Formats: sequence, C-alpha cells, structure tokens
Amino acid sequence: MELAAKKKAESTKDKRKKLVDATMRRHGHASHALIETLHSVQEVYGYLDDDALHYVAQELRVPLSKVYGVATFYHFFTLKPQGEHTCVICTGTACYIKGVPAILHAIKENYNVDAGDTSDDGKLSVLTARCIGSCGLAPAVVLDGEVTGKLEPDTLIERIGSMIKNDA
Amino acid sequence: MTHEEFIQLGEEQRKKNEQYKHSIDVCVAAACVSMQSDKIKKSIEDEVKKKELGTSCRIRGVGCMGLCAEGPLINIDNGKSLYCNVKEEDAQEIVSAIDKEPVERLKLSADVPFFNRQLKIALEDSCNVDTESLDDYLAQDGYEALFDVLTKMSPGEALQEVVKSGLRGRGGGGYPTGLKWSTVQIAVTDKKYVICNADEGDPGAFMDRAMLESNPHKILEGMAIAGYVVGADQGYIYIRAEYPLAIKRLRNAIKQAERKNLLGNNILGTPFNFGIEIRLGAGAFVCGEETALIASIEGQRGSPRPRPPYPAESGLWEESTLINNVETFANIVPIMKKGGEWFASIGTEKSKGTKVFALAGSIKNTGLIEVPMGISLRDVVFDIGGGILEGRKFKAVQTGGPSGGCIPESHLDMPIDYESLITIGSMMGSGGMIVIDDSSCMVDVAKFFMDFCQSESCGKCVPCRVGTAQMHTILEKITNGSAGMHDFQLLEELCDIVKNTSLCGLGQSAANPILSTIKFFREEYLSHIHDKHCPAGVCKIKKEEEVIS
Amino acid sequence: MSKVRIKTLKIDDRDVGAREDQTILEVARDNGIHIPTLCQLDGLTNLGGCRLCLVEIKGSNKLLPSCVTAVEEGMEVSTNTERLQKHRRSIVELFFTERNHVCAVCVSNNNCELQNLAKQVGMTHVHFPYMYPALSVDATHDRFALDHNRCVLCTRCVRVCDEIEGAHTLDVRGRGIEAYIITDLEQVWGESETCTSCGKCVNVCPTGALFEKNKSVAEMKKQTKFLPYLTMMRGARR
Ligand SMILES: Cc1cc2nc3c(=O)[nH]c(=O)nc-3n(C[C@H](O)[C@H](O)[C@H](O)COP(=O)(O)O)c2cc1C
Ligand code: SF4
Ligand code: FES
Ligand code: FES
Repeated sequence: MELAAKKKAESTKDKRKKLVDATMRRHGHASHALIETLHSVQEVYGYLDDDALHYVAQELRVPLSKVYGVATFYHFFTLKPQGEHTCVICTGTACYIKGVPAILHAIKENYNVDAGDTSDDGKLSVLTARCIGSCGLAPAVVLDGEVTGKLEPDTLIERIGSMIKNDA
Repeated sequence: MTHEEFIQLGEEQRKKNEQYKHSIDVCVAAACVSMQSDKIKKSIEDEVKKKELGTSCRIRGVGCMGLCAEGPLINIDNGKSLYCNVKEEDAQEIVSAIDKEPVERLKLSADVPFFNRQLKIALEDSCNVDTESLDDYLAQDGYEALFDVLTKMSPGEALQEVVKSGLRGRGGGGYPTGLKWSTVQIAVTDKKYVICNADEGDPGAFMDRAMLESNPHKILEGMAIAGYVVGADQGYIYIRAEYPLAIKRLRNAIKQAERKNLLGNNILGTPFNFGIEIRLGAGAFVCGEETALIASIEGQRGSPRPRPPYPAESGLWEESTLINNVETFANIVPIMKKGGEWFASIGTEKSKGTKVFALAGSIKNTGLIEVPMGISLRDVVFDIGGGILEGRKFKAVQTGGPSGGCIPESHLDMPIDYESLITIGSMMGSGGMIVIDDSSCMVDVAKFFMDFCQSESCGKCVPCRVGTAQMHTILEKITNGSAGMHDFQLLEELCDIVKNTSLCGLGQSAANPILSTIKFFREEYLSHIHDKHCPAGVCKIKKEEEVIS
Repeated sequence: MSKVRIKTLKIDDRDVGAREDQTILEVARDNGIHIPTLCQLDGLTNLGGCRLCLVEIKGSNKLLPSCVTAVEEGMEVSTNTERLQKHRRSIVELFFTERNHVCAVCVSNNNCELQNLAKQVGMTHVHFPYMYPALSVDATHDRFALDHNRCVLCTRCVRVCDEIEGAHTLDVRGRGIEAYIITDLEQVWGESETCTSCGKCVNVCPTGALFEKNKSVAEMKKQTKFLPYLTMMRGARR
C-alpha cells in the first residue's frame, strides 16, 4: 500500500521532470531557453524552488546567480509555494480607478493576507497583476484561473469564501 | 501547398459557407469569455443539434466585436441582429427565433455612433472570422496578400507600398514603418529576424490582446510579408504570459499555418522560407522596450541597453532585427491588398490610417474601437464612447499609460495624432484610453503611475531607479498631507532629471503623468499641500487635530 | 591588416581625430579631456548605467552616454555644459540618498570613487531626502565582505567575475530600487559553490561595499590596473 503510494508519487515526479526536460530539449538545451524553461518549471511545480533552479542551471549551463537574477527580475515567477487557491487582483489603471484599493483592503480584513502573500493556513494566495487586459470588466479578478469582473468587495469576499469552502 | 490547392481550399470553404442559411457568431475574445460566452456557444450548439438545424446554421466563435461593456455579444446573420448581455439560458430563445423575428429584449442597435463612426482596418475582419479556423480565414482571402507579394512583387516593390502608406509604428513611438523596414532590408548581417512586440505592458490597454485572440493569422501573415521584404527567415512573437487565451490561439494558428505550408520552407511553392516561434514574457513592463525585449528573448534579465546601435543594425544575437508592434503588423495585409496610396488617403497629413483604442474607466461603452487619425478626443469619449457613467462628471482622459499624461476637458477638441498629443505632454502610446471622472484624485492617479514606474524600473540606470522611488515617496507625502512646498519643488526637479538622464523610454517618460497633472490640475496638488484637503475625497489626510489626539 | 578609418570631430570646441571604432569617452581621454565616470572601467564591457558620462551633442536634445556612444564624423560634443553639471550633481546626490553611505566609518574613506565624484561635480550637500533602506552586511566569506549599504549597483563586480574570472558567482537579484547583488542562489557568500576567492570583485568595487575583512576605517585601497593588463595579455595569446 505504502509502496504503491510512493511509486505513484515517484511517477508524478518523473512526469513533471519530463515536461521540463522536453522544454529544454525543444530548445536544444541552449542557454537562451532559460526563461522558457522557468515558465515550464513554474507551470508543473507551481513555483521555482532551489532544487529546480539548480537543475535548470546545470542542464542549460547557465551560472547559478544568473538563473537567480533572471528568476527574480520577472515578477511572473514566484520562488514561494502557492496556496491551494489563488486570487489574482488586477492593479492596472482601469481597475485601480474603479476601486482596487478597497478590494485589497477587504481581503486583508477578511483573510489577513497582503498582496503577494499566502494565508497562514495555506488556503489562499493573493497575487497582483499589472492589467490582465480585461479592463472593460474593471475591477478584474482572476479566481483559480477564471476571470471575473465588476465585483463589489463584499461579493468578491463571498466568492472567495465559497471557492475555499468547496473543497472542504 | 501549391497556389491551385490554396485557391481551391478557399473556394471549398466559401461554398461550404454558402450552404448555410444562417450564421450565429458568438464573441469568444477574453472579455466575453470571462462573461461565459464559451458556455453560451456550447448551449447554442446543443440547441441547434436538438432542433436539427445543423445543416442550415453555421455557428462560429469569432473575435472581439468591440463593445465589451455589453458582452457577451452575438451576431446573427452578419449584422441582421446583434444581441448583447446574453446569458446561457437565452440560447434556446435565440435559436428558436432564428427563422423568425429577432429576440427584442436582447437586441442592440448597430446604428449608433459606437459602430457607425468607426473605421476598421486593423480590426477589419476580427469579428468576422472563426478564431480557431484557418479555413475560415482562407475563405476570406486570407494569405492572399502574402501569396501576391511572394509571386508578383520584389521585396523592393513591396517595401514601396509600406513607404507610400505612411504607416507609423503603433507601439507608441510612431516611427515610420517603411523607413524601419528599409533600414533592415539594406543591413548586411548573416541572419535577420522579425519580431512582433505583443508585450502590451501598458496597464489599461488591450488592443493587441484582442487582435491576437480574434484573428491571429492576420498577424502571422503580416510578419511573413515583413520577413520577405527585409530578408529574414525567422520570426518571434514576444507575448506576455498574462494572456493565456491569446497564446493558445497563436500556438494553434502557427501549427495550422505550418501544416498548410503557409509558414515553413518554400512557402506556397516559392523559394521563401519563414518560421515563427513564440516567446513568453514574464511580468516585466520594461520588456516592451525593444532592446529589453531582445535581451529577454536571449534569456537574460530584461534590461534595456543604450541605443544606438538600434535593433535594425544590431538586434537579436547582434543581427539586424525588425521589431514592430502587433497593430503595425495588422495593418500590413490591408496595405498590401489595397495599396499604400489608399491607406495614405486616410487620417491626417502626418498620421496616416486609423488607430485602435481601448476605452476603459468611467465611460459607458468600454471596449475596443478603431477610428481614423485626426478624430477629436471629444468625439471618441462622448460620441463613440457614449460619455461618462451616470451621475459622474468628466475630469480627464489618460492616454499613453505610464508614459503618457492626463488630458483635461479644455483640450478635448484636439485631434488625435502623434504630434498633437505630445504637444500637450501626453503621447499616443499604444492606445489605452482611460476616462477619469470627478471621483478620482489626480494626485492619487499620478501616485499610481509612479508606483507602477518604480516597481517596473529595471534598476540599471540610476536616475530611473532612485528617481522614481524618490518621486513616489514625495507623492506619498503629498497624498497623506505631510508635504510642504519644498517637497513640491523637489518633485518638479526630480521630474527634470529623470526625464533627461534616464537610459530608456521608461525613465525618460516616467515623469509625464506627474508633469501633465501638475500642468492641468495644479490646484489639486496645492490643495493637498496648503489646505491638507483632497478635493475628490480620495486621499485619507489626517487633520492636524487628529494627529495630536 | 584592414584599414582603420579616421573620423574628425569637435569636443569642447577642440578639433580631434579618432579611430572610427572609438567611443567619445576614449577620444576625450586621449585628448586629456576629463569626463566623470563610474560604471565604466577599462577592460570590462560598458554598461551605460550610471549616466555620469552623459554629454551633449549639437543638433540633438538627447543627452548621450559617452562611454558607449561611438564617434561620428563632424560631431560637435560638449562635455561640461551647465546643464550637464547640474544633472551630474543631482545624479551623484541620488547615489548618496539611495543607500546608507556613512563615510566616517567606511574602510574606503578617502579612497572612494563616489566621494571623489562628489568633489569633482561640486556637490556641497545632498538636498534630496535620504531613503534609509534597511540592508545587511555579508561577512561570511573568509577574506572578503559585502556591505550592501555602500553598494551603488554599478555591477563592475558582476562583470569582472563573469568576463575576467569566468566564475559568474555574482549577479543582481530583483529589479528597480529593490535590486541588490547576490552570490549564486542568494546563499551567503561563505557558502558559495562557485566563488574562487580571487578578489577581483573587491578590487574593482568603486566604494567600500566590497572590502577585505582585516581592514579598518580608511585602510582599504583598491587597485584596478590588473584589468587592462589581463585583457591585453589575453589578446596577445589569441
Ligand atoms: C518602457 C517601454 C515599454 C514599451 N512597451 C511596448 C509594448 O508593450 N508594445 C509595443 O509594441 N511597444 C512597446 N514599446 C515600444 C517599443 O520599444 C518599440 O518602439 C516598438 O515595439 C516598435 O514597434 P512599432 O514601430 O511598430 O511601434 C515600449 C517602449 C518602452 C520604452
Ligand atoms: S530608464 Fe529605468 S527601465 Fe530604463 S534602463 Fe534605466 S532603470 Fe531601466
Ligand atoms: S487595468 Fe485591470 S484589466 Fe486592465
Ligand atoms: S560611465 Fe558611462 S554611463 Fe556610467
């Protein structure tokens, strides 16, 4: 039983690694594939951890500090594991003037999470993006990958609540 | 694919289309999709199947129709009726009405300024082709322009059309496209590249995203023509990772085009080779700047480098590189089809053609519009845009994003063109237009942009790295009521330094939002400073008594 | 040998001749005309980041960094106009406000390029507010230390480590005002897997940000002559 579970964990680990390897192979393991590879790592593991950065550096033959410099330059990459659920808040111009500060405030009040952080119970990560291109829906929010918009802070808090409750 | 096969494919698809009595086009661009339009499309398909109308009704997912505010939108029989704010449960009623009178309660009149004052060139077929079907694009003469250029024109002749058109770059700077192409054409390097700049980092702009989601093939075709003209065989599209739908459709389109030999080697049986790859941005506004973008494609930190040399001389991997914006490429196919002179007949003396704008903020018709250059801002905001939201008062319109400025009521009659916007301290930018009403504080808006510039500064050059942070701190002080006139003077001084000494366009234009708000809304700054009062009631200023108690 | 073409131009109203592959800064130096610099160092690739070497060119409103701008025939360059002096003073001030430069306790006091620049550009006091960021000192390496409070982010250390030593132990993390120098994956310097302890970074650092540990106030003197020497020797071997 335990062995089977372990095996399964091993095989997902393998599968993930294979996806990352495939990206590097597609680019002939060239050093300029660094950003594409980091995208791939983040997609399969959810974030960039030190082991993955080491691995990528070695495979692409890019210096460690350079990999780190690139990973931290681009704000799309995150070096911290994310919560079970994500709430991305657009902080672009259209959304800002349509009330993003109030939304961030409401989330802080209700879940005690600041933008860029994850709640203590690991349930909710709050991220920000600079315009997701849905300005017509301002203020726009992406809940677990789905774009929604035109929400009052209260309604959004409700939506987040039901999103988190759903998997209980 | 040979030319005969190519013509035949289009023919077949056209015939197939003619068999249908009705067409139901559902908008599946991002704004409508986020209002569940993909599910609505599915329900309509189910409904059509149930009623066994499959042979007479053609259902397509098409691109942005422009009026995102009223989405999801559905177009029945090519404009016969336009439905807005459609919900999933409306599917049955819509399908039932297809042979009868349209559903009145969902109907939107197309005979309103929003539609009839626009002129669509770059967006021409965006709401009229299936976003995922190459065949549908071929049925509407897709890739015909590429074929004509490859078989009937020399690179020099094709270049002449672009030069004649007077087209200027739509990415913000407004550099003459023909001149840029000819520089790359005559450059002597081992290899040449064509890059499409789809980074669209300007917050509040979504024109490029909409174009790529709506009709990706048109951009690919424009890039291939550019490749032929300048002598490049490899193209890259640098697109921000925040646009998953656009990325998906682009990937799909590239694959389709490769399969039909519209990209790849010996395109359409000619000696011309051209491939296109996608590179993803990763959340850095500065990577829209061309040299930073190139660094990013090379897998580096996205820091700009001093120009000259310009990318046209030494760009990607130090080879001559052509970089154009998405909208610039979108204009290429129409120019090749109808000629440079036709394009030059539209617009003003120095700004030819049309410009796509993304309307957002406190305006009724948020969405995407395309208008001839030279139209007045007032017409765009109050006529096409439908004016300000109920109960609010117009205060300013922000163009050019973090590099642009806020334009007040008194300048609304100014024509929209590259030069006019610059004379009043803003700029065309990529086309974001955000309408601000009296509930916003202009100092707070300036602070928002400075927060943006500070966190997007790459940090390579000192004036931008430290200067934007300093400016942000001062604006913070002004908005919390702790600033004096001395701080205000320092702010103006910093604007001057950062503008004049920064390395790239980000720093050089970072001061614009401050300068333009100081110019047109000075009294709001002074009110914060002298009276410790925010006229719009946005900034939380603690009164002195409160501080003491 | 291929022929090198010669260009003639004017710098501060003096007629000068230059090889076509020279930068304005190089030609100015050849002719004894001083232009302040900080990020530029002979032997390393040029960055164009500190903006101190900006010059005016007749006919253009834009100020151009002389360290990376190639000469052109007929160019008329001014290196020391009032406008440039004013901007240079402001830029040096911005450097001082960005981090916590306390010269009185610094190992490089009196041997610091930033201090020298302040004198050169006639900076009498700093009139922009200090930003007082909270920064650390990494003293985990046996022989060297890195004090972020004194770093000006010129990246000379990063470039020498990459281009000359070939280790690329150092790089910049983050961006904008939050950027700072790191070793490897931001582990402390003492635990770096790649550092060869060659000390080149310490020698090229213009301030007291990188220093030798046993030095006390004003004792740290740096020498950068090895750089053009190494570059020349390598060129000869090739
Ligand atoms: C900070 C900064 C951000 C930019 N962002 C974009 C962008 O998102 N999209 C774009 O097309 N051009 C952007 N540009 C302009 C590009 O550098 C470049 O001029 C443009 O892509 C050229 O294409 P065009 O001639 O077709 O306009 C930006 C420039 C700067 C300085
Ligand atoms: S102006 Fe700003 S973004 Fe541009 S190079 Fe300088 S620091 Fe980087
Ligand atoms: S500003 Fe929020 S989606 Fe554009
Ligand atoms: S010395 Fe030229 S920019 Fe620093």
